[in-house]
Amino acid sequence: MRKVKLWLAGLVLYMAQASAQPSFPINGVASPGSGAYALTNATIVKDAKTTLTNATLLIRDGRIVAVGTGLSIPKDAVVIDCKDKFIYPSFIDVQSDYGMPARQPGRPFDFRAPAQLETNVKGAYGWNQALKADVQAANLFVPDEAKARSLREAGFGTVLTHQPDGIARGTGAVVTLANERANLVMVKDKASAHYSFSKGSSTQSYPGSLMGTIALLRQTYLDAQWYKGNPRAEGVNMTLRAWNEQQSLPQIIDPSQGGDLWNVMRADRIGDEFGVQYIIKASGKEYQRIGEVAATKAPLIVSLNFPAAQDVEDPNDARYVSLADMKHWELAPGNPAALEKAGIPFLLSMSDVRDGRTFMSNLRKAMEYGLSEAAAMDALTKTPATLLGVYDKVGSLDAGKLANFVITNGPIFSEKTTIHHNWVQGNAYRVKDDNWYNITGSYALTVQGPGGSQQYNLEVKSNSSAEVSATDTLNTQFSFDGKMLKIGFAPRARRAAGAGRGMGGVQGGGALPANAVRLSGVSNGTQWQGTGLDSLGNTLTWSAVRTKEATPKADSVAKKAAPATGPVLYPFVAFGEAQMPKQETVLIKNATVWTSEKEGVLKETDVLVKNGKIVSVGKNLSEPGARIIDGTGKHLTAGIIDEHSHIATASINEGGQSITSEVRIKDNLDPDDINIYRQLSGGVTTSHILHGSANTIGGQTQLIKLRWGANDEGLMFQNWDPFIKFALGENVKRTSATSGNNRFPDTRMGVEQVLVDGFTRAKDYQALLKLAEENNKKKGATPMLVRRDLELDALVEIMNQKRFITCHSYVASEIVNTMRVAEQFGFKINTFTHILEGYKVADKMKAHGANASTFSDWWAYKLEVQDAIPYNPYIMTRVGLNVAINSDDAEMARRLNQEAAKAVKYGGLTEEEALNMVTINPAKMLHVADRVGSIKAGKDADLVLWSDNPLSIYAKALYTMVDGTIFFDREKDARMRQLVKEERTRLIKKMMGEKGAGRPTIPAQPSYKFVHTCGDHSHKMGLLELDEHDLENAQTELK
Amino acid sequence: MKKILVTLAVLASVSGMAQETVYPAPAAKGVVILKGGTVHVGNGQVLENATVKINNGKIEQVGTNLPMPAGDVKVIDVTGQHVYPGLILPASSLGLQEYGGGIRGSNDFFEIGENNASVRAIAAYNADSKITNTLRSNGILLAHVAPQGSLVGGISSVVQLDAWTYEDAAYATDNGMHFYMPSLLPRPGGGRFAAFLAQFGPAQPSDPVKQALETIEKVKQFFRDTRAWNAEPVHAERNLQYEATRALFEKKQKLYVHASQVNQMLVAVDFAKEFGFEVVIVGGTESYRIADLLKQNNIGVILNQMHNLPTGDDDDVDQPYKAPAALQKAGVLFCINDDDSQNRGRNLPFNAGTAAAYGLTKEEALTAITLNAARILGIDDRTGSIEAGKDANIVVSEGDILDMRSSKISYAFIQGRSIELMDKHKQLFERYKYKYGIK
Repeated sequence: MRKVKLWLAGLVLYMAQASAQPSFPINGVASPGSGAYALTNATIVKDAKTTLTNATLLIRDGRIVAVGTGLSIPKDAVVIDCKDKFIYPSFIDVQSDYGMPARQPGRPFDFRAPAQLETNVKGAYGWNQALKADVQAANLFVPDEAKARSLREAGFGTVLTHQPDGIARGTGAVVTLANERANLVMVKDKASAHYSFSKGSSTQSYPGSLMGTIALLRQTYLDAQWYKGNPRAEGVNMTLRAWNEQQSLPQIIDPSQGGDLWNVMRADRIGDEFGVQYIIKASGKEYQRIGEVAATKAPLIVSLNFPAAQDVEDPNDARYVSLADMKHWELAPGNPAALEKAGIPFLLSMSDVRDGRTFMSNLRKAMEYGLSEAAAMDALTKTPATLLGVYDKVGSLDAGKLANFVITNGPIFSEKTTIHHNWVQGNAYRVKDDNWYNITGSYALTVQGPGGSQQYNLEVKSNSSAEVSATDTLNTQFSFDGKMLKIGFAPRARRAAGAGRGMGGVQGGGALPANAVRLSGVSNGTQWQGTGLDSLGNTLTWSAVRTKEATPKADSVAKKAAPATGPVLYPFVAFGEAQMPKQETVLIKNATVWTSEKEGVLKETDVLVKNGKIVSVGKNLSEPGARIIDGTGKHLTAGIIDEHSHIATASINEGGQSITSEVRIKDNLDPDDINIYRQLSGGVTTSHILHGSANTIGGQTQLIKLRWGANDEGLMFQNWDPFIKFALGENVKRTSATSGNNRFPDTRMGVEQVLVDGFTRAKDYQALLKLAEENNKKKGATPMLVRRDLELDALVEIMNQKRFITCHSYVASEIVNTMRVAEQFGFKINTFTHILEGYKVADKMKAHGANASTFSDWWAYKLEVQDAIPYNPYIMTRVGLNVAINSDDAEMARRLNQEAAKAVKYGGLTEEEALNMVTINPAKMLHVADRVGSIKAGKDADLVLWSDNPLSIYAKALYTMVDGTIFFDREKDARMRQLVKEERTRLIKKMMGEKGAGRPTIPAQPSYKFVHTCGDHSHKMGLLELDEHDLENAQTELK
Repeated sequence: MKKILVTLAVLASVSGMAQETVYPAPAAKGVVILKGGTVHVGNGQVLENATVKINNGKIEQVGTNLPMPAGDVKVIDVTGQHVYPGLILPASSLGLQEYGGGIRGSNDFFEIGENNASVRAIAAYNADSKITNTLRSNGILLAHVAPQGSLVGGISSVVQLDAWTYEDAAYATDNGMHFYMPSLLPRPGGGRFAAFLAQFGPAQPSDPVKQALETIEKVKQFFRDTRAWNAEPVHAERNLQYEATRALFEKKQKLYVHASQVNQMLVAVDFAKEFGFEVVIVGGTESYRIADLLKQNNIGVILNQMHNLPTGDDDDVDQPYKAPAALQKAGVLFCINDDDSQNRGRNLPFNAGTAAAYGLTKEEALTAITLNAARILGIDDRTGSIEAGKDANIVVSEGDILDMRSSKISYAFIQGRSIELMDKHKQLFERYKYKYGIK
């Protein structure tokens, strides 16, 4: 009774809808139908939790009316018998550009090309053309049947589509994959707001880096907030208006550019700052840092695009494929399972996957690795629908929802299952229904010819295989495409070429002899009939009736054991470890200790390390339980501090403007950079990661400790005074811009103006902020709105001695002039870095109070270093400056001790003075001398034990320790080399096994690594390492 | 007494001279004795407390307990110091490129066009380069000056570093042809770079490795054509490019193949086999992986840069440092270069020092920047070691020349001429010591 009521209610709803005639005129005769179907006798999986057997699905006019057992079927419903069939809600993909216009490719940051400083988009939009918040997918959407078909074949019925172009991408629309007008398939026209880390088709120079992108997003949140107050100075800004209107929608960000895992965390931090929980497109590598990913609490959109096995048979090809890439190949299918296990909500997406078949086979692979069916089902239906607020319409099979479902011949994730139909909004789309009916079994075949009727037995094994027999088994050819049949048979040749084939049947394409009987016909269910020819050319008619069904084989879904894999490494690269090394109590005995303190060099001295600190320095120390390291004949120094480094980041130069103080290195640290390990092998323990030198006021720097294996936050040096990079001279003038420079400044005269202008604006801004603060305290006053400016915030910090400068500089004039500009605004240049003409004005630098961080012997790599001399460190030291030797180069950083030694040769510093240039001196200029840079009780246990005098070319770091943890141990390194080799060998064999088993492989892909450089000079890099110029050259060649 | 005179001369040049007044030394006449030093012969031999006798620019005698000749001889007491053969920079753009970048006018090292077989580096060599004297100050007395290029770069020469003009400088003229082999590594396009590159446009249109092999085949065809052409002495018209290769076939020149990848180097062997050229690899990053094959095929190697990062993440962190030891072990004729564009070559001895820290003996490391370089450049009959009959190209250091901690050059002789060790840097040093009153 209750069912009937429900049914009536549905009918009323249906009538109401049907009467709402659309505005679209009809070209022809209107043909409204009821669209009522009853799918009966099916196994219906309503959602991941609920499965009904022998049930009925009733739909009408595109919607589900009822789901259940024992439903009464309305008279006007077309009944489809779904015996042995399964019905599932169709899948939802939230990462799609279905029906969106084709996109223009963008262009990379080019150090040498002219800049485009302003937007070239027409209309009252915002300042940066990578912000396309005004774009609405619903406005652009055109159904695309070709693409819809391929998605439907993979089981999808609904997608969230958006235009994937720009850093802000506007709104997305939920649409179904029905082949109907845009109006009819639109489920929700403004369903989501989209963002990314890729500026897409924008040709504007800014942002030209990942950290610039992050800064732009942060600034835009602030601008949008400010814009709510309708600031007159801004006028109408349709970009910010649209941005604000979208904030209440689900916020989806695709930071997955280049598959960088850390972008997930980077994106989430932006959200955290502005109270937004993004749904984040995953990198596919989340298993590598599952804890960090879980901590974001972000739902993830996970592509099932797993890396293909590479063809590594040629050892010269295999040589260039990295362990990390091979391990990722092995472990990537386990990513969804890792997410499930960690309780991270996720959606599965077909984005980046070639086709539906690959999608399903990859999904099954993910299940082999431990993904549960229920989690997969939820990730494809309920979770996306819920996150998008459309679970009332799609995502399960419940009355009232859209009739979006698939009909299959078995459990949907099973390998043998095929999708017969994918129904979208009540329309059936055939995927593969030639096997809707299982035709296997025994048939009585009757062939009528001139000689009368002849009886055969026909044994059908599949749609392409059968066997005809009379008294003998005959050579048989058989095909069935769901409707049409072809049967051919002939007596077996006595000595046929292929004799000995056990099966006796001729499969598919095998040729039949000329004396074969050829039949063709049509299936009317289990009765077939048609015509044919015999070997003499006589016309035949035939019919066949199934006499016995084949007994179905039980679908063996015996769970395969999860494949054996190698461990996850921290970091996920060669020389990473399954377990990070731990802090130890260490007693170094009887070493020559270079204290970098007034105590100087102490012979035969012990140093005790406990809880990450140096506990004592002295003779005959003992500590029960301590690990003893014999330092006899060896030299112990403080860990080397590199004042100028560009390692361990995902981007380094934001060259889009002359002032980019808003960008921060800390936003894009890369803990997986092998250069961390390589530099530990050269005794480096602390590195100051600087922005590049592309512009006068560059980005905010980050001091890190080389804690190999830690995450990005774990690398950071805690409680340090923040710094910022400035630069002067040729680089900021864009001297290397071969096609001309159009960005101010082009001379050192202009560089001064950039600085003066920046700080003048910062001063005014500071005053305005103060004014507003005072005003807004007053009761009844009209609130004053000041646009919070991240760029000027940093400059205000500098003026208030809250942020300190390290300034790339070369020639005397610019050094002096920059000090004068600083003095004018009441601050100091903390450090001049590079400073190759510092020796010319060392007295003035001393008077100003600047530190100097320089190279030992570089010169003549461009005009502005024509007067650089290797005596520079010596002279500056003797004039009384605090001098450091820095690397600015991932290779040279491994030899900074030897670089410092050159000041003994060039000029004649003492050996202690020379070593101090890479230990305590940089610590002082970085304001961290209270913790690092020397060997003294109470300081951080950042130590290096050298095989030889640390200034010698023959010195090698034996142990390098950070905070009492030994991160580099030369003996262990030798063992790890062996492990790397073994693991590589295992994976190469495994990849070759894939090829051997006939599975698809792709040509070997050399694991190129992008190395970030300052753009100042050339670098000594490995064969597989590329910098910006290499990539540009590669691009030019492609064009 | 004589020692004091020489010292005074050095001091005189220290005060108040610009590089413009650092004069090339006149031709060597008479006998000079270096007495009491530790002589590192360059061939592995070390002679303690030994004497080197130089006569008219040539090394006449080397040994311990040599009799002191009477008469007008300069005796320089180098007791406690180290005497080495002049170091040789084996592949460089010295004199062709004053500034590393940013100045088009500074380009005299890289010519336009794919095939510049007839282009000669020596024609543009600037004997007055400010860089030259900084190299001498670290003991580098000879350099192999090579043109760069996109395919066939042209012809190189060896120069000595104390000269008025390029003609004076020329030590071995036009003795090498340079071929810059295209890369045989698939370019970034897949893997981790796929998404990154996809932003910029469609994927690579064709197989770049195949293209490179075709380009190499073109170069081979060029040599086949020239061989045939050179076989016939009479031609209606001259062909300068063809003629330029004649010396290669006559083995008066070597073919320097600039290559770093294994496959590139294996292809380079073709040039030895098909044309009978004497082939030298320049670069040689991965040469350690095929050291035995290089040895079997008599291919020499100029290792361009010791102070380099390893090829990839998985490589031993010190791989480039220990590559020389692998070549040494296999018996490959190799030498060490310094092609760093920031120090402009002057760290050559320290590159060798690093090789010594990672597996070579110190004397082997020395050989790799002296005698082996001379052998590879085909000038070992005249220089590369401190042996009787050779040019007196000699450098004296207060300590181990391979270690920056102890390397301090006190004397240098090119063809027996005692050369000044003043350079632009020392002059600026003096100028600013003066400014600040630093003693």
